[in-house]
Amino acid sequence: MAYRWKNTFTRADATPEAHFLNRRAFVGAIAAGVGLGMAGSRASAQDTLKPNDWDEITNYCNFYEFGTGKEDPPRYAKALTTSPWSIEVDGMVDRPGAYDVNDIMSEMTIEERIYRFRCVEAWSMIIPWNGFELADLLAMAGVQDGAKYVAFETLYRPEEMIGQRYPVLDWPYVEGLRLDEALHPLTIMATGIYGKPMPKQNGAPMRLVVPWKYGFKSIKSVVRITLTDKEPPTSWNRAGPQEYGFYSNVNPNVDHPRWSQATERVIGSGLFASRQPTLMFNGYQEEVASLYEGMDLAKHF
Amino acid sequence: MTGSTLGIVDRVNLFARRIPVWLVYGLVALPAPYLFYLAATGGLGVEPISALEHEYGELALKLLIAGLCITPLRRFLGVNLMKFRRAIGVMAFAYVFAHLGVWLFLDVQDWGRIWADIVKRPYITIGMVGFVLLVPLAVTSNNLSLRWLGPLWRKLHLLVFPAAILAGLHFVMLRKGVQIEPLLYLGTILALVGIRFRLRDGKIVRA
Repeated sequence: MAYRWKNTFTRADATPEAHFLNRRAFVGAIAAGVGLGMAGSRASAQDTLKPNDWDEITNYCNFYEFGTGKEDPPRYAKALTTSPWSIEVDGMVDRPGAYDVNDIMSEMTIEERIYRFRCVEAWSMIIPWNGFELADLLAMAGVQDGAKYVAFETLYRPEEMIGQRYPVLDWPYVEGLRLDEALHPLTIMATGIYGKPMPKQNGAPMRLVVPWKYGFKSIKSVVRITLTDKEPPTSWNRAGPQEYGFYSNVNPNVDHPRWSQATERVIGSGLFASRQPTLMFNGYQEEVASLYEGMDLAKHF
Repeated sequence: MTGSTLGIVDRVNLFARRIPVWLVYGLVALPAPYLFYLAATGGLGVEPISALEHEYGELALKLLIAGLCITPLRRFLGVNLMKFRRAIGVMAFAYVFAHLGVWLFLDVQDWGRIWADIVKRPYITIGMVGFVLLVPLAVTSNNLSLRWLGPLWRKLHLLVFPAAILAGLHFVMLRKGVQIEPLLYLGTILALVGIRFRLRDGKIVRA
């Protein structure tokens, strides 16, 4: 079932990929509130948001499978073969098996979700994803009673993913969500950006997007989804348990041990821009805070 | 030895003798404004503040390493670049200063947070200690100080060893996970400092 959640950001918050106005003029146009079909969208969001364009989204990536530099993924991800591609869905499901991405896509309604994407490194972008709710994919496989967590795994193919030749992380990359987080309507499997197929450096052909968590939770190029009753291991937690927790919810009040999470730098705002305050749950507090009621978020960071 | 049979080392030394020190200052200084221009005009990518911070920091590390090479080059290979050592050291400090300046004025921009970061974040603490150790070296990198301080000058300038090690450590610590590039820098620095010392009767002495 698509369209369970409605965007508060609109296309006006993200620059169309073939926008011919320069960015300064575009921001000016937003501030002036003229044209561009923004009627009904949130004025406050427009005032504070700097739009991100296709080049920014596709040229500033953390995808360590292709190297640790931000420009490594756009440079090296071309080598990745993304077709054919299937996702193995297994564990506590009624219909386990290898699901071809084309078969999945034909079953799903692709919708646009414009989310703020907040990296644990304290920068953020606004990205117009295309995708479907993870809940719909899980419904295809039939989640069994007793399943409590969902584990995810990225492709391991060092001959195409050159970053995997170095032991920066324990490959393959793995991530996990609690089942209620996975079923939340904000949680999507993204298949594209700006209406185009997902670029390889952004996690083609299909990746998770969990907008209220730090970016590394949104695992890319997924090949396996496992329903389980135990909290699954996650790559960054294994690499640095004191720095990266299982939950990794965006939280301005809980600092990373090596840097503050109170503010973030908005990608594309230039050399002389100030940081902007980071919002609790990355601005999705209203939607997701109830998932963590009664939990000490400083302990379960 | 005639001109035609000059070895590579002699050629390098001859060439070095002909290069004025001011030229080294000038050439090494050039990237600073150029990188700033690139950062301001989109040439360093969509996140220019971190990019500029890292460019200056990495150049500072490279210059520190270059400075640490001068003595071993002469000692082990006979290549004499001593006359450039001060220029390289002073420029290394200038890039550390620029790196710090970007962090203070473009990156964090908030004195409360800056102080909190220095106190709370070990990699920043370590970086700042490295910077503080370099300040007296930069201040005394002139002939007047050299004369005034006499033998003390040499002792004082041994501080470049801990400062360089702290700089390498700072780089290793700020990256997520274990990354090869910063480890190469730290390894190089440790090796260059290490070859200056040896063990004698269980004690570390200068080699």
